[in-house]
Amino acid sequence: MTNTIGELENDAKAIFIIGTNTTENHPVIGYKIKQNVRRNGAKLIVADPRRIELAEMADVYMQFVPGTDVALMNSMMNVILNEDLLDKEFIANRTEGFEDFKAILEKYTPEAMEKVTGVPAEDVRKAARIYAESEAAAICYAMGLTQHSTGTDNVKTACNLALMTGNLGRPGTGVNPLRGQNNVQGACDMGGLPNVYTAYQNVTVEANQEKFEKAWGVKLSNKVGLTLTEAIGKAHHGELKALYVLGENPMMSDPDLQHVEEALENLEFLVVQDIFLTETAQKADVVFPGVTFAEKDGTFSNTERRVQRVRRAINPIEGARCDWQIICDLSTSMGYAMSYDSPEEIFEEIRSLTPSYAGITYDRIDVTGIHWPCPTVEHPGTPILHREKFNRGLGLFHVVEYKEAAELPDEEYPLILSTGRSLFHYHTGTMTRRSSGLDAHKPHNELEINPIDAEKLNIMDNEMVKVVTRRGSIDIKAKISDILEPGVIFTTFHFAEAAANRLTNADSLDPVAKIPEYKVCAARVEKIS
Amino acid sequence: MAQEYRVLLEYADKIDPANAADYIKVGGYKGLEKARGMEPKALIEEVKKSGLRGRGGAGFNAGMKWSFVPQDAPVKYVVCNLDEGEPGTYKDRIICQKNAQALLEGMAICGAAIGSNQGYIYCRGEYPFVVDLLKRAVESAKAEGVLGDFDIEARMGAGAYVCGEETALIESIEGHRGEPRFKPPFPGVEGLWGVPTVVNNVETFACLPYILTRGAEWFAGIGAPKYPGTKIVTLTGDVVNSTWFEVPTDMTLREVIFELGGGVKNGKKFKAVQVGGTSGAFIPEANLDCPIDFDSMGNMGAALGSGAVLVLDETRDIVDVVTRISKFFEHESCGKCNPCREGTFRCREIMEKINNGNGSEKDIDNLQLLSKVMQKAALCGLGQAAPIPIDSTIKHFKHEYSRKLVVTSGKGGH
Amino acid sequence: MISLTIDGKEVQVPKGTMLLEACRIAGADIPTLCYDPDLKLAGSCRMCVVEAKGRRNLLATCVTPAENGMEIHTESSDVIEARKIILELLLSRHKLECHTCESDGDCKLQDYCYRYGVADSRFDGEGPHFTKPDPNPFIMRDYDKCIMCTRCVRACDEITGALAINIKDRGHHAKISTAFDGNLADSTCVFCGQCIMVCPVGALTSKVSAGKGKPYQTEKVVTTCTYCGTGCTLALNVKGDKVVGVTSVRDIEKSPVNNGALCVKGRFGWDFINSDERLTTPLIRENGELRQASWDEALDYTASRLKGIKEKHGADSIAMFTSARVTNEENYLAQKFTRAVLGTNNVDHCARL
Repeated sequence: MTNTIGELENDAKAIFIIGTNTTENHPVIGYKIKQNVRRNGAKLIVADPRRIELAEMADVYMQFVPGTDVALMNSMMNVILNEDLLDKEFIANRTEGFEDFKAILEKYTPEAMEKVTGVPAEDVRKAARIYAESEAAAICYAMGLTQHSTGTDNVKTACNLALMTGNLGRPGTGVNPLRGQNNVQGACDMGGLPNVYTAYQNVTVEANQEKFEKAWGVKLSNKVGLTLTEAIGKAHHGELKALYVLGENPMMSDPDLQHVEEALENLEFLVVQDIFLTETAQKADVVFPGVTFAEKDGTFSNTERRVQRVRRAINPIEGARCDWQIICDLSTSMGYAMSYDSPEEIFEEIRSLTPSYAGITYDRIDVTGIHWPCPTVEHPGTPILHREKFNRGLGLFHVVEYKEAAELPDEEYPLILSTGRSLFHYHTGTMTRRSSGLDAHKPHNELEINPIDAEKLNIMDNEMVKVVTRRGSIDIKAKISDILEPGVIFTTFHFAEAAANRLTNADSLDPVAKIPEYKVCAARVEKIS
Repeated sequence: MAQEYRVLLEYADKIDPANAADYIKVGGYKGLEKARGMEPKALIEEVKKSGLRGRGGAGFNAGMKWSFVPQDAPVKYVVCNLDEGEPGTYKDRIICQKNAQALLEGMAICGAAIGSNQGYIYCRGEYPFVVDLLKRAVESAKAEGVLGDFDIEARMGAGAYVCGEETALIESIEGHRGEPRFKPPFPGVEGLWGVPTVVNNVETFACLPYILTRGAEWFAGIGAPKYPGTKIVTLTGDVVNSTWFEVPTDMTLREVIFELGGGVKNGKKFKAVQVGGTSGAFIPEANLDCPIDFDSMGNMGAALGSGAVLVLDETRDIVDVVTRISKFFEHESCGKCNPCREGTFRCREIMEKINNGNGSEKDIDNLQLLSKVMQKAALCGLGQAAPIPIDSTIKHFKHEYSRKLVVTSGKGGH
Repeated sequence: MISLTIDGKEVQVPKGTMLLEACRIAGADIPTLCYDPDLKLAGSCRMCVVEAKGRRNLLATCVTPAENGMEIHTESSDVIEARKIILELLLSRHKLECHTCESDGDCKLQDYCYRYGVADSRFDGEGPHFTKPDPNPFIMRDYDKCIMCTRCVRACDEITGALAINIKDRGHHAKISTAFDGNLADSTCVFCGQCIMVCPVGALTSKVSAGKGKPYQTEKVVTTCTYCGTGCTLALNVKGDKVVGVTSVRDIEKSPVNNGALCVKGRFGWDFINSDERLTTPLIRENGELRQASWDEALDYTASRLKGIKEKHGADSIAMFTSARVTNEENYLAQKFTRAVLGTNNVDHCARL
């Protein structure tokens, strides 16, 4: 997030929600948005193919066709441009590339885009006005925006919207991705990415390479590595031979599980480190028992870049070891001695190599976490990014044209399938399916289907149906729901016994981010007679 | 011989109460005209000077109440309390049925004083015909053009006694559960939908046209000096003339009951009178020479309240009557504050126990202790006043309680 | 600033300060049940009443602004009498089963009854009759212990915005209810448990923690939630080296993101920690089956296999998936291990999934 969670409750005068079912997937942030709307009268714009809970209290709700995000936001910007609602001063002083960008907007009139997005032109105008005219407007998004073959384009378009209206660098504004997992921000910050070391220091930059070589005392590669989806592909082709999976479950979370399964089976050697014998661990050659968050010390970085303490509450259960300890042990076994007395000692090493974390110490975050960047121990941290300037200096407008999703419905597969999450489960269900209350309350997966589609297929509520895509099929309970438009179906990926990712598409990746298109693939529903 | 003094009800049954033209013929809307010609401050001063005090039961100086409303607030409301939930009270209905236009004029005068152009009348759910009448009255006044830009909307309550409490009434208008708010903030500062609001009783509003036309000094000269004007009393129970009277406020209870009311029915002897509604104190014969005005009644440990006068003859069983009253309060407590929610329930339990012949001295002690705590600690007037019938009857009619107690055998097995 | 006397002590407070705050400044310990600093005022429990000179009624300090020249007595005989009677009224509708109550030791009713020596209620008529079963797996609703402070109703409205519960009926029969008095699962409840967080007694408790330890038997360890990226602070409740519950940290300094508020996963989704499916030994695949192995064996075996593959196929034939769920320190080590030991940049995690 460029801004903080608290601003969504107190400072934002308008909030544009696109591709985040906030009350289910970031419930506490959802509470804050609701209270801002109810208590302070903040305006709320919701764009989502499903009429999610927040849509019910929105000033404008735009139910758009999955995968038409760019068309929708470009049409909002068309209105902002034509009605002269832009922040000219901001554009002049803080951005570049506006003229080129402006040129493409002309054709994105709300009327023209209505046929693409399905959103009435008047709603787009209203949304554009609310967003552009508010004193401070924040954009929040999650994977509804990013999990597309055009995910990068979608995010760039959201940034254009904020740049065009000067909604950056001030309280209550910003472009705010709500990140789905406790430490996904930290995993990125720590260099858990194939192209960067910690704090996004590129592996291809020589100075960075030298810095880490010196610190770690070994030669390092300057070749950008494989992303997760690429690695699975390489394994499938037989080029990747070994994989070490730490606390991940690609056999549930990755697109096209049939493909993932074949890939993993094709490996010579698979190591999995986890707390349970996950679907992935069942495929492993070696399994290391790790521990839960309750059994170790450390830090997590949340979606607003706040680095916070994780504290050991109980000892690791008999037989398991802390994950950091296992990595150290394995490293040492391989001849590279890694020896730390505590996570704090590791953190001290991180600080020495990571400019944005340099000022953060365990002592400083003992009570209240600190937002990076925090370059020195005197620095208070940075709740709001881009106050004076952007990382690259001026904010760049990206010329982004609307492109269709990779796999569109056709006669054989007439429906659009979107996948997502439920309030009561988390990711691949490893933890929540083993939490007594959560699993008792929501023990099985459901397929949301519009009553009109259900009637066409002669399907009753709660009936077991088959969902079929080009990748495979699952049997699943139908839940007839009018929160979806006809032609769109939705399910979650938490349940191994009705695993949504048996259906999803591994080929339609975003070319830059390599993110799979979980929000759009072609599917059909069959009655099981 | 004590006599009525009719001001509000002077033209009762002589004019069509809903018809503004009728009302104008007998001098109506002159007060509003005068009020609109005055500076709001001077208007409020005039009302203060008249000594008019709230007729709903709390007896607060009306002009004073208005003066708390911040003049600069952009939106303000005038609310008329026509919830009239006190059993035995029907004066507000009578005012509406005999002289509804005076109420509308009074509300408009208040609007002129505080700078409001919107009035609401909150009418008890059992009076649908009164709402109809008032709607017609508003239309008629509008047709005559006398209300100017002041608009009045009549709203129907849903049958909760507590909604006679002004803040519960406001909650109810807002569409919420009828529960009192804590004060401060008083409605004058933060009332209906959070804006300054004057809530007055029907009778209070209906006095205003006459104060304006005949002058504050005229009004201040009627009845008791500290609670001047007339009061409409409604007589019920074992009294010959069970009807309403408009009387000067210095008339005594004895005059009301025995002269206007014609005394106790069927030649029976007087036992007690409960004044001011169901939460009023029971007054024995010895205290009947007290004037009915607010302060005199208060000094006696009673209250004028809404002006209901319930007469009980010698055959009435006080404990039984009070047991029924305690059931009423158990039913009508909104349940918000602890002393009232649980206190009214336990009062009823203990009263029933005594009334059924199963009570002991300890129960009477417990009732008195509970009564004291309810009066001191309950959130609103309902809970504070609910135990007064119990308290006052234990004080004045203890023997009737004692008679019903279980005769406990002395220690030692006698 | 205005000045007033509280229990003989003169204090100065800014205008608009409530008496409750003024009393606390003066060092007077005022009991409260319905008051919650994060919620709108109710002024309904009347436990906080005090005596003010010249006032006929006692004043509820939580909702009464301090006034200049007030003379307040916080423990006068009338005040103590009122508080005792209020406690007795509450006890008369409260199922007294402290010995098996989940909130035993963390119960304001218990605390105040102790403080004022209220062992029992003189109001010995009809007892509580409010509880009815609600089969949800998270929240125990035992309204026979409810004292009608309505903090749960306000938290549901003002913190979560779920508006699942409100007051039904009037007077003594008033109770906390969903619309049409149904089960929580059929209401707008999202099972965040904020109602449990604010309940001052044992009327609302966690079914997941039931029977696993009383509040005073557990140690509270403040940490960060393991689920979504919001980063809520919570306290793991530990008894005998086992996590037995999650409670809120109601302090904006210590819980800066959520100020104690949690969601259903954070508050109730912790017992996977104790699952008997947890892995407790390394496993090695042998003849197609996973078998138990010692740490030394598993580590040596893995090291030699990885070294072998690296030598044979090159470093880039190996990849590591680190995790969005483990700590920063672990992620750092994972990428360090990949880069420095395996010798490749093939490290990624499920940020995109």
